[in-house]
Amino acid sequence: MSDRKYTKDHEWIDVSGGEATIGISDYAQDQLGDVVYVDLPDVGQQVEKGAEAAVIESVKAASEVYAPATGEVTARNDALDDNPALVNESAEGDGWFYRMKLSNMSDLDGLMDAEAYAAYLEALD
Amino acid sequence: MSIERETISGARGLDRDEPLSFEQDAPGRTGVDLPPAPDAPDRLDGLRRQGGIGLPGLAEPQVVRHFVRLSRMNYAIDYGLYPLGSCTMKHNPRLNERLARLPGIGDVHPMQPQSTTQGVLRLMSELAHWLTELTGMATVAMTPGAGAQGEMCGMMAIRAAHEARGEPRKRVLVPESAHGTNPATAAICGYAVDSIPATADGRVDMAAFEAKLGPDVAGLMLTNPNTCGLFERDIIRIAELIHGIGGYFYCDGANFNAIVGKVRPGDLGIDAMHINLHKTFSTPHGGGGPGSGPVVFSEALAPYAPLPKVVQRDGRYELIEQEDGPRVGRMKGFHGQFGMFVRALAYMQSHGRDGLKQVAEDAVLNANYVMEKLKDLLPPAYPGPCMHEVLVSDRGLDGTGVETMDLAKALIDEGYHPMTVYFPLIVHGAMLIEPTETETRETLDGFIKVMRGLVGQARAGQETAYFKAAPVMTPRRRLDETLAARKPVLRWVPEAPVAEAAE
Repeated sequence: MSDRKYTKDHEWIDVSGGEATIGISDYAQDQLGDVVYVDLPDVGQQVEKGAEAAVIESVKAASEVYAPATGEVTARNDALDDNPALVNESAEGDGWFYRMKLSNMSDLDGLMDAEAYAAYLEALD
Repeated sequence: MSIERETISGARGLDRDEPLSFEQDAPGRTGVDLPPAPDAPDRLDGLRRQGGIGLPGLAEPQVVRHFVRLSRMNYAIDYGLYPLGSCTMKHNPRLNERLARLPGIGDVHPMQPQSTTQGVLRLMSELAHWLTELTGMATVAMTPGAGAQGEMCGMMAIRAAHEARGEPRKRVLVPESAHGTNPATAAICGYAVDSIPATADGRVDMAAFEAKLGPDVAGLMLTNPNTCGLFERDIIRIAELIHGIGGYFYCDGANFNAIVGKVRPGDLGIDAMHINLHKTFSTPHGGGGPGSGPVVFSEALAPYAPLPKVVQRDGRYELIEQEDGPRVGRMKGFHGQFGMFVRALAYMQSHGRDGLKQVAEDAVLNANYVMEKLKDLLPPAYPGPCMHEVLVSDRGLDGTGVETMDLAKALIDEGYHPMTVYFPLIVHGAMLIEPTETETRETLDGFIKVMRGLVGQARAGQETAYFKAAPVMTPRRRLDETLAARKPVLRWVPEAPVAEAAE
């Protein structure tokens, strides 16, 4: 958990070994309300930092989920296809979105750690 | 003290839940007495239907009651205030309906020879004239079937104009408060959508907009007044900037009802704009009638406007359906939503130019009246005054445990269709209220009283359980919208297989 980084758009990214796991923050799922559908990128797809990588649909809204870094998708969380509620139940755990191989570790520079993200949320309210 | 009672029938007073007609099926029951089929040789060559077709057996009064009961679960502008923001649910004058039913208009066929349809062609020509005059634009494409198709028509014209110049472009700028159809239109026309953030006062962030301009930008799609119910005061500068990089300015005219007769979009530098006849010009919508979204074009885009168009030649009206040139292809069959043209022109002519100006003024006045009367309890999302609709966030409900959705559901128990909720997305727990100009002050006061009462109850904290369960006075109580979205049941399936037809 200690290495987890957050974006201003409320995605999280966790790097371990050469692979990163990406999801949306607990704050984001709470703001969205009941999630009803998640459109995930395909394995092998290239995603680009700051560009749309996934789409999440709740009873309130449909929102883009941006890639926090550039790289190639190596896995997607198939469990979300049948059970999008996982995002509400465990946004930062079982409700992860996809895994990827990072092209540049430096993409992570400038992202917030958990403490900085908490302060960022504080300022939003 | 309230007396609560679950009825034996499940009905709520004179309103009751109604099963599907299929669930009321009594095989063999029928409302008509048909003679038996004649004993004729089978010429179907083995293609005769093998099983039943699954139509329910019902008596005539059952069918009549079924649809009447369903209709009582509906809400209509003819029943009460319909404050659905961004949708402009206003009165549909009966005069419009009467004129649309005149035999020479209601019975006309689109394939009649033009020598017999001079009157209706003239009607289309006059409506086109009113639309171009009111908007200060060069021409109009009448056929688009509603706002979203109008947007597509406008963006296709912009694409065609760039292609004709030999410089196709890639990006379209869309403010983040835009109607969802705007980015969808740009995307389906092959453009990348680039979102422009809003400022703290709910308008286009000019610095961010300027920073996004570049030679690959095809144009801008902007709604004015915008979806926050606010006039984009920098609109002329916005038009100059987008023209400065060779782009075009598409305006979503959904909210034209707030400025009709007051401002001409052509004077603001707009190149294309659709007009929702079913909003600004009072033709029925929302299940009551087809939408209609004519698109007006500036001189720059006029050569790309799709046909057909009506022209006057030697004192005769003529429908031009084909012509050489760079025009966008046909958007819709025949003449477009002609029945809506009749109603819109009736509305324009019965109001006159001064009356249409008053339409805009009264729509804005009514929205500001609602805003002022609610603002101590439900503060506006952005500082006022607003235009034709008032946008509030859920700040007024902070700490109550009651959310925007709960308040909307409680409004149903109070006899009102809820306002628009959770749109635009940039405002937390948004409630968008559009009273329209056709409501009396007494009607507005009734709605305000209910809104104030409900927010007061929510804040008092004693009715939270009720709010979470609302509506409770309807034949169906709170529907599980989440389950409906996660596991939609789109097709009724009989419990037992349909009986095989008797041989």
